[in-house]
Amino acid sequence: MLTQLTHGIATMTRRRALAATAGLVLGLAASSPFAPAQAADDTIKVGILHSLSGTMAISETTLKDTILFLIDEQNKKGGVLGKKLEPVVVDPASNWPLFAEKARELITKDKVAVVFGCWTSVSRKSVLPVFKELNNILFYPVQYEGEESERNVFYTGAAPNQQAIPAVDYLMKEEKVKRWVLAGTDYVYPRTTNKILEAYLKSKGVAQDDIMINYTPFGHSDWQTIVADIKKFGSAGKKTAVVSTINGDANVPFYKELGNQGIKATDIPVVAFSVGEEELAGIDTKPLLGHLAAWNYFESIKIPANEKFIKEWQAYTKNPKRVTNDPMEAHYIGFNMWVKAVEKVKSTDPDKVIDALPGIEAPNLTGGTSKMLPNHHITKPVFIGEIKGNGQFDVVWKTPGLVAGDAWSKELEGSKDLIGDWVGKKCGNYNTKTNKCGGQGS
Amino acid sequence: MFANCIDRFRALCLSILLLSCLAVPALASPFEDSVAKFANDEFSDTEAAIGEVAASGNALASPIISALQDGRLSADPDSKKVFVTQTDGKIVDATTGAAVDKVPDNAAAVRLNNRLRRTVEAALGGLTLLSPDPAKRLAAAQSVFKSHEENLLPTVEGALAKESVKPIKQAFAEARAAIILFKSDASDSDKLDAVAVVKARGDQEALALLTGLGDQPPLVAKAAASAVSSIQSNLAMWSMVQNAWYGLSLGSVLLLAAIGLAITFGVMGVINMAHGEMVMLGAYTTFVVQEVIRTRYPTLFDYSLLIAVPLAFLVAGFIGVLIERTIIRFLYGRPLETLLATWGLSLVLQQAVRTAFGPTNREVGNPSWMSGAFELGQITITYNRLWILCFTLAVFAILLAMLRYTALGLEMRAVTQNRRMAASMGIATSRVDALTFGLGSGIAGIAGVALSQIDNVSPNLGQSYIIDSFMVVVFGGVGNLWGTLVGAFTLGIANKFLEPVAGAVLGKIAILVLIILFIQKRPRGLFALKGRAVEA
Repeated sequence: MLTQLTHGIATMTRRRALAATAGLVLGLAASSPFAPAQAADDTIKVGILHSLSGTMAISETTLKDTILFLIDEQNKKGGVLGKKLEPVVVDPASNWPLFAEKARELITKDKVAVVFGCWTSVSRKSVLPVFKELNNILFYPVQYEGEESERNVFYTGAAPNQQAIPAVDYLMKEEKVKRWVLAGTDYVYPRTTNKILEAYLKSKGVAQDDIMINYTPFGHSDWQTIVADIKKFGSAGKKTAVVSTINGDANVPFYKELGNQGIKATDIPVVAFSVGEEELAGIDTKPLLGHLAAWNYFESIKIPANEKFIKEWQAYTKNPKRVTNDPMEAHYIGFNMWVKAVEKVKSTDPDKVIDALPGIEAPNLTGGTSKMLPNHHITKPVFIGEIKGNGQFDVVWKTPGLVAGDAWSKELEGSKDLIGDWVGKKCGNYNTKTNKCGGQGS
Repeated sequence: MFANCIDRFRALCLSILLLSCLAVPALASPFEDSVAKFANDEFSDTEAAIGEVAASGNALASPIISALQDGRLSADPDSKKVFVTQTDGKIVDATTGAAVDKVPDNAAAVRLNNRLRRTVEAALGGLTLLSPDPAKRLAAAQSVFKSHEENLLPTVEGALAKESVKPIKQAFAEARAAIILFKSDASDSDKLDAVAVVKARGDQEALALLTGLGDQPPLVAKAAASAVSSIQSNLAMWSMVQNAWYGLSLGSVLLLAAIGLAITFGVMGVINMAHGEMVMLGAYTTFVVQEVIRTRYPTLFDYSLLIAVPLAFLVAGFIGVLIERTIIRFLYGRPLETLLATWGLSLVLQQAVRTAFGPTNREVGNPSWMSGAFELGQITITYNRLWILCFTLAVFAILLAMLRYTALGLEMRAVTQNRRMAASMGIATSRVDALTFGLGSGIAGIAGVALSQIDNVSPNLGQSYIIDSFMVVVFGGVGNLWGTLVGAFTLGIANKFLEPVAGAVLGKIAILVLIILFIQKRPRGLFALKGRAVEA
């Protein structure tokens, strides 16, 4: 989701010499310290493509550890098809072109059977051609803007209809919100999500005057003006809420400013799509009591499977305070689906596994069973949680059942007739009106 | 008191009635039934319980509901018993007020959501209107202003008549006005008076109240509309003041981040790309200090920043000297190599911190004197920003005094103005170089302490400031501390006046473009150094 464009752009504005050497040094810094050991033939290699340095390391390092943990657990159970799984970790260093290079390296040199990786949409877009060309499998674990369905990619994070829309519904019904601030970081995920939300709100009869859209640059740290604007917008006599697609680091100063300026959740609640347990670990959450987040998983969900997962995860990382979060659960589901698909076709051949995956079911950590759909998205429950004083969330609402992920949003003009169907139609953007494969995104 | 008496009277009648009917004794009272609903862990039951408890008139109602608000109310789902943990740590049974040794293990705090929190606030507002504590009365009056519960009107009027403290009396009058405005059967003249009271309040909440009025008699609607427009124009004027304040605040952050660079880059001419990492090291020093204080001496927490400032200066300064001695001194006069070396160094430092402290953000708390805000007219001034502004100006003044009045400052100026002459006068130039670089780095470390209060403490902290810092120093004029000061505040204020108009993203771009144009016109910045030093 996060593209650290500002740094890139800013680097360019400095002397040219710097820009030229930037690539060089980054390249050096990124060359992986995790060179794979010469593997024997009796292992199956699993690629892990998450940034371990640079701006995205804050989020992605945990996901690398998650896959290592899952592989470890699977190997304890005897591996897959009688072979042990062997992780191959590379570090794309939060550098988008390097993602493509490292993906190529994983597939051609290390000959991995599957890759778990990427966080930002731009990194996913950067590796897409590589996965298509070399025909391999990518599991993408993060909530994203949708409008995509590719044969080689399996999206285990939430599509907008599995996170944003239910959250807005909750605010409309439970909090009777009439006025909306859509605040986001300025890049593709918030812009697309807000476009979808704006269309959705208007279809529910919200007037243009009651919607305020605001974008900020990456790493924005001075929120005084925007928080004051939100306060002003909220004093129009109608219940107001903020829908935040603010990403990554910028959230901490944003919430601090909210707390300091005394905006309480009872007055103007903020519902966030990118703030989870991990992000809250860096702030004192007492002033944030009652602000909301929408996810498909919360660490605080009390069911035995989740409790067992948390206990084993903390034991594996040797850190009793280590938190779990939504993208980790997505990897948990995706990993188990891949294992099941491989065992079903008794092969790791990407073509066979890709064909076997739709229809595969795997338990999620919230008490349900998620299913891989023909559009390569999965079914997930949606939870709304309120921030508690201890940095965890208290679930205050959930969807009655599992929600199927839409690859193409039903709210947008250009995509409402499109579906992804890799089983029947063998097409990622099938137009149900014209009955043709192709359209937007082809 | 008044309402309480009536309710008590009612309760008395009821109990006499019960007794006279010879009802079975030891029946659970309705109050107990109400309180027991807290144990059901259902939001709807909790809401019902709040309403019933608040209306019961029981003396325990207010402590129960304020405990609920603070998360001090816990309930045992099995025995349906509810407990209040008092602020002094003692635990009592919610229904009887009897002391209890400890809360049962399976009891959990009663959960709230936002809707219930509003209900609690409103209920508490009604219950504490007559509280002996003036702060509570004020809070109650304000929450009634927001909730404008019609049935609280007699209580508010009673409180208004009795109140002697002026600001609280004002708050009661405003609360009364809010209720009357929303009361359907109030007379027009009462409502017009109420509009005037709310108009006099003149803040955003008054605006919210007046715009949310709904259908009103024509006369009142007209008065309300004119009040709204007058409040709006007043607020628009205040928003200019607010922008200026935000600009000063942003300027102070820019200045703080740039001051160290004004020394290493401005005075020494070293293009120090690792400057941001010195800021980061200062922030991490604050984290470590707070961590030690939290585990060992929790009472000292409010002083943690005071302890962190000198330590951050020493840590960052020491590393600065180390860098100068081991790398930079070999590269004087070779700007490109210096740039590359320090940039590589910044990556090394980031990764080192990432390995030592982990990639995730670290929590640095705000001491109590840096949390919250106060109202000045119609603008909100947050304490942390105010303190950072004061702190920045203090650091700037100390630095200026140091350069002007101390021996080291004199030597620094001598070396940067004419190195060879200074050397022949017996100044150990290489020692002065190391100390100057150490000073610049140390000040960056101090900046880190302050920035840890408003930003993330993560390995990337420095990156977000390095560009802004260079911008400020170049714009202000290389080699001139006053230029850095003026440059930082100019950029801060310009940015904050552009932001509401152009948005944060475009505002930032516009500032960059303006600086580029400015540099075309005046390549040496706002305050160019004149004389021989320029050629050196």
